[in-house]
Amino acid sequence: MSVLIYTDTSNGTFTKNAFEAANYGALVAKSEGTLATAIVIGEAEDVSVLGSYGITKALHFNEASLTNFDPQKVAQIIIEAAKKISATTIVLAHDYSGKAVAPILAAKLDAGLVTGAVALPEGNTVKKTVFSGKAFATIEIKTSTKIITVLPNAVEKQTFSETVSTEAFSCEIPSTRLTVKEVKKASNELSLTEADIVVSAGRGLKGPENWGMIEELAKELGAATACSRPVADVGWRPHHEHVGQTGLAIRPNLYIAIGISGAIQHLAGVNGSKVIVVINTDAEAPFFKAADYGIVGDAFEVVPKLIQAVKKLKA
Amino acid sequence: MKIVVCISKAPDTTSKIAFKDNNTQFDEAGIQFIINPYDEWYALVRALELKEANGGNVTVLNVGGAENDPIIRKALAIGADDAVRIDAPTNDALFVAKQIAAYLKSNPADLVLFGKETIDYNGSQVGGMLSALLDLPYVSLASKLELNGTTAMLEREIEGGIELLEISLPFVVSAAKGMAEARIPNMRGIMAARTKPLNIVPAFEASNATEIKSFTLPPAKTGCKYVDADNVDELVNLLRNEAKAI
Repeated sequence: MSVLIYTDTSNGTFTKNAFEAANYGALVAKSEGTLATAIVIGEAEDVSVLGSYGITKALHFNEASLTNFDPQKVAQIIIEAAKKISATTIVLAHDYSGKAVAPILAAKLDAGLVTGAVALPEGNTVKKTVFSGKAFATIEIKTSTKIITVLPNAVEKQTFSETVSTEAFSCEIPSTRLTVKEVKKASNELSLTEADIVVSAGRGLKGPENWGMIEELAKELGAATACSRPVADVGWRPHHEHVGQTGLAIRPNLYIAIGISGAIQHLAGVNGSKVIVVINTDAEAPFFKAADYGIVGDAFEVVPKLIQAVKKLKA
Repeated sequence: MKIVVCISKAPDTTSKIAFKDNNTQFDEAGIQFIINPYDEWYALVRALELKEANGGNVTVLNVGGAENDPIIRKALAIGADDAVRIDAPTNDALFVAKQIAAYLKSNPADLVLFGKETIDYNGSQVGGMLSALLDLPYVSLASKLELNGTTAMLEREIEGGIELLEISLPFVVSAAKGMAEARIPNMRGIMAARTKPLNIVPAFEASNATEIKSFTLPPAKTGCKYVDADNVDELVNLLRNEAKAI
């Protein structure tokens, strides 16, 4: 019995989601009285950093046979690593990579999978979000091998001080028909699903030319920018910024909604946020019911003041 | 070219979510069911566009009981040529993937499309599972899909960017926003849908790997603390010292 965690990297560094998955896996291992092993695939700067998230051992697959992310190949490497350490629980982040790989693992290992976990397992059950954040379900995994993907910002980090023993890992990987032609990195450095703070705006902004102040506020806060669906649909902002039931579901520490009324579909994508601030001219906007802090006022007056106030705080 | 689009039934996006039987069952009273938006807006419509450009046949495939027939008819009204419903319960993703795999093994497709996830159980599981069960490549969360003969070019979302891929048929793909624009069925489509074939297939033998034990609703917010629009410094102060969020 042991726990295997897939710690994904981006440009050779571990992602924030990978650290959270490592921490989750380590806490599972601790409760089961076993060890947490990470499987690291491809270039990775410094595997020892995983120790503070509770990882004691890392299997590092770094071979020329795998240059780009290919879910079929990555799944095979994880399966072989799981066999090697007799893993009974496999943990991945509920991000783009985890969503691609976890179902393949589940089918190949004939194992139960819970995606989007928000809490540590209790016995054989895992709690996850359902109905796009409108509710939670507690799901029993009936198979001896359990696979879990963890939502960002779901479980409090516990600090460990383990020393990671790293071992080169190699296995046969299948040849696939998939070729990666090009990888386009997003221009904004901060990924929306990983950001601690998100500044989001909607139709209340009146036009795409008014997003300068939203971007400035985001920059001052070290935040990512997002938008509501109507704004993405009319092309004021790119689709990848759309948060809501049919866009991205995000769970930042702080979500600042400016000029967004708070339709039920939008709330579904953001109600996992720890703290919600709503700025809206309409005191009756439904978003205020879901907010922790609210300002009834004109975004064009409030936001510039807010930028100054944040600057003053940081100074 | 044979294209299969797997569609799922989901509660309308405006639905208020409630549970019954001691919070073990989703309360369907008053719920309007729709085709899962990712399956309809992106997977199905893109499949129809590919068929219109390249020829072929689009089959919609659903797993579930007769109560799903209205949403299957809607998919036919939007333009699918025929439909298959595997008459099996849908309590577990791996069970559902095995149903679809068993059917497609004897009725192979060149391209199988799914929406990236359903808006009820948010699993994002069945497409990937099916690919593994059929030993086909899987392209997840694709926002673009072009076809040139038997070679497909795709864009998929990855951490912090977009990946451009090339892959030959057959494969499984899950569709994200951007792949197509939603279509509204016209009267001709609705009329035609009534007589298009909907084949009912009996369930295949498989077992469930997971089981939902209970549901909970998120705790309600305790109430919004209002700050005066002229006193923005106070908001920053609260966020720093009370919420500890900045």
